[in-house]
Amino acid sequence: MVVFQIAKASEYVSVLKGEEKSRKQNNKINGFLMLVFLILGLIGVWWCNHILYPRSGLMVGAASSEGKSIDKMMWITIIITGIVFFITQILLFWFSFRYQESSKRKAYYYTHSNKLEIIWTVVPAITLTVLVVVGLKYWFKFTAPAPKNAQLIEITGHQFAWEIRYPGKDGILGRKNYKLTDPAKDNPLGVDWSDEASHDDIHVTTTMHVVVNRPVKLVINSQDVIHDVGLPQFRLKMDAVPGTPTTMWFTPIYTTEQMIKKTGDPDFVYEISCDQLCGIGHFTMRGVIVVETQSEFNAWISKQTPEYLKAKQFIASATPPADSTKNLALGNSAIHK
Amino acid sequence: MNEEVLHEQPLVVHETSHASHEHHKQSFITKYIFSEDHKMISHQFLITGIIWAIIGGFFSVIFRLQLGFPDQTFPFLEDIFGRWAPGGRLDTEFYYALVTMHGTIMVFFVLTAGLSGTFSNYLIPLQIGARDMASPFLNMLSYWFFFAASVVMFSSLFLETGPASGGWTIYPPLSALGGAMSGSKGGMDFWLTSMILFVVSTLLGGLNYITTVLNMRTKGMYMTRLPLTIWAFLFTAILGVLTFPVLLSAIVLLLFDRHLGTSFFLSDIFLQSGKILPNEGGSPILFQHLFWFLGHPEVYIIALPAMGITSEVISTNSRKPIFGYMAMVGSFFAIASLSFMVWAHHMFVTGMNPFLGSFFVLFTLLIAVPSAIKVFNWLTTLWRGNIHFTPAMLFAIGFVSLFISGGLTGIWLGNSTLDLHLHDTYFVIAHFHLVMGVASMFGMLSGVYHWYPKMFGRFMNNTLAYLHFWISFVGAYLIFWPMHYEGLAGMPRRYYDFSNWESFKMFGGLNEFISIIAILVFAAQFLFIFNFFYSMYKGRKVTERNKNPWGANTLEWTTPIHPPHGNWVSEIPEVHRWPYDYGKDGIDFIPQTEPIGVAESKH
Repeated sequence: MVVFQIAKASEYVSVLKGEEKSRKQNNKINGFLMLVFLILGLIGVWWCNHILYPRSGLMVGAASSEGKSIDKMMWITIIITGIVFFITQILLFWFSFRYQESSKRKAYYYTHSNKLEIIWTVVPAITLTVLVVVGLKYWFKFTAPAPKNAQLIEITGHQFAWEIRYPGKDGILGRKNYKLTDPAKDNPLGVDWSDEASHDDIHVTTTMHVVVNRPVKLVINSQDVIHDVGLPQFRLKMDAVPGTPTTMWFTPIYTTEQMIKKTGDPDFVYEISCDQLCGIGHFTMRGVIVVETQSEFNAWISKQTPEYLKAKQFIASATPPADSTKNLALGNSAIHK
Repeated sequence: MNEEVLHEQPLVVHETSHASHEHHKQSFITKYIFSEDHKMISHQFLITGIIWAIIGGFFSVIFRLQLGFPDQTFPFLEDIFGRWAPGGRLDTEFYYALVTMHGTIMVFFVLTAGLSGTFSNYLIPLQIGARDMASPFLNMLSYWFFFAASVVMFSSLFLETGPASGGWTIYPPLSALGGAMSGSKGGMDFWLTSMILFVVSTLLGGLNYITTVLNMRTKGMYMTRLPLTIWAFLFTAILGVLTFPVLLSAIVLLLFDRHLGTSFFLSDIFLQSGKILPNEGGSPILFQHLFWFLGHPEVYIIALPAMGITSEVISTNSRKPIFGYMAMVGSFFAIASLSFMVWAHHMFVTGMNPFLGSFFVLFTLLIAVPSAIKVFNWLTTLWRGNIHFTPAMLFAIGFVSLFISGGLTGIWLGNSTLDLHLHDTYFVIAHFHLVMGVASMFGMLSGVYHWYPKMFGRFMNNTLAYLHFWISFVGAYLIFWPMHYEGLAGMPRRYYDFSNWESFKMFGGLNEFISIIAILVFAAQFLFIFNFFYSMYKGRKVTERNKNPWGANTLEWTTPIHPPHGNWVSEIPEVHRWPYDYGKDGIDFIPQTEPIGVAESKH
């Protein structure tokens, strides 16, 4: 209300003073504010960076070798887009200030210039080509099949938790059929126990253990809606889609212990965040990755019991899975490879 | 929606005093409610859009309260929302409903219907020299379908199971299964029904805009003499007509999956309730393809009109022709055509074929070229101009600044490798809010401030307008700029609370800061809303002396102060030149109706 009264009063004042005169005065004020905005804005950009850069994760750097490449590419992109950002914003506000209305000057009638327009078509086109080439080089590298020595791990999302399955000694994940899913019978993932490859599979919830410097190949599933395996420190993510298994691989290069030292944060953990809205518990769908040495990993995995041994008691009473596995065999063929 | 009728009523007071000289007398209903006059329809779109913007903006303030102050309670929330905010803390289900409704309302009801519905309707006939749209009746239907869509969407807010809450992109299976989320029960059916009505509205409007621009230009108004606003509206309408039907198909298939037991988008689902669904062989990714085939062009449906308005306003107020008219038209064309080939850049991490993904990277980054041309052309238009900082001009300059800031981060996200890290983080929120949310809102506000005197025959208050601009502009940057850093740390979108996350909780203080600024910026919008409605009745009147207040060349300023139904009282004026002869041969401006002088220089 107060603001309105002042605004209204200023309108009356302007009518009294002569509209043209007050219009010119307003013009000067706004022209000046353009310059003020530019200067304060540039300071603001610096200040914001000063405060937030340490928290952005870029300072510590990525924790996977793929993430290192992504960071590198991010820097190239920051520099290119940053240069354009500063040039265009400075010109925008400088021109606004410099060419504000003045009775001493007339606007310059300038309709087009083929030369200029070709310059600012070709230069962005070349720059973007560079970015596309660099980007696609990494893209094809990261989406290519995982390295041969990769450790295979299956991760399955459901509302609102992550289930993790290791293939056991045989290195093969047992076949699944979602219709067999029954948590009450110790089969929360719907594993088809008639497939012998499943008998040594190890199932744990929430926390995944992986070995440092060894590539990890994740086979990603979802039981209900779309989830997403987000790995902020490794700089990767991939959706978990019901009915369509997806894959992603990465090579962790620092153990959790090393990251605690590197970040100076005693509470540091690698987290798996669900990055695709999946329901009311979306924000609680947290997983943890422990990156450790081979010997630590061996010690851990030897303590785990295969799920089959727990579920055995129910198996006799279960009806053998009939033909419903046909589709599934197709869907899971990637896993058997 | 009652408010709207209320607001429109008093218009009678000054409208009737200038009642049309040539047309038959109209009843209140045919003139203000079921009007076939494109100007009245545009007012209806605008006022409905403003009401939706208040609702949509209010929702964002409410969920920002949760994000900024996750461990505090606000008892007034329980007063407003009842059981959706028990003890003054938002229910998670309702938090997601607010997020979903904010997106839906802003994208479709405000920045599509409110922006293109208002200005395409208002400016197309006036700027091309036509008495009305090609089909005024379909035009009226277009508004009333939008109104019906609004009523359905609004009523979904009062359902017992709550409105749709699976995000504005309504990805199945979440949106298909009532068992997965409460908002996917009745709320989703309301959402889908509302959007069907909305698609019909968009198609009726769009076909009308295209037909009118192509067939009803006045004598001498060649396509190359069209103001850039009209070019923008034309391409917008074409995009809408070609892509909204695809959304409709996605909606229909989703309805089948929901109610008829089909499996278009469903496969292999076991719900935590223990239910095993029979559906097999469907693909949730198919839905995303259909959705984004509309969804991405939709971004340009929102951005192009704002670009058109900005071009017009910048040229007029720099008192200088728009630089590179043909390049501007060409880049509209390039953006519109490329926008059909980039949709899957929203889906890089869905497990789609990486080889296919590489084409979407290429086309997405290509779209930066016409966008860059536009920015450089706007800058050159300002260069050596004689700039009048009208409120409209400030918002147009603001648009360019925000468009640059938000557009450049598009180059990051469109590159699939970086998207692997940044997808669905706050970086994305910052990007699209700057480039299409706030920027297009600025384009829309620029249009309102610029054409207000023509629309209502009165001026808005300048001081309020300047305050409105500076608070909104600074506020927009304060809100969205820091979000880039949260995104770089991988902080995900659509989280209710970050305090349990070791990787993201260090941004708690920042979230609080952003929420406070968001509340202030929302409050500042009432400077505009008040100014808008107050000036409609009490603003300074436009007189014959200043009936072309900005000294513009385009045809709408040659109509009477209150143009009657039919726009021009006598003959429709003939056009002799392009609309950007500002400062030519030392003359401040030469309207399009002015014949080419003998000694006039060429451009």
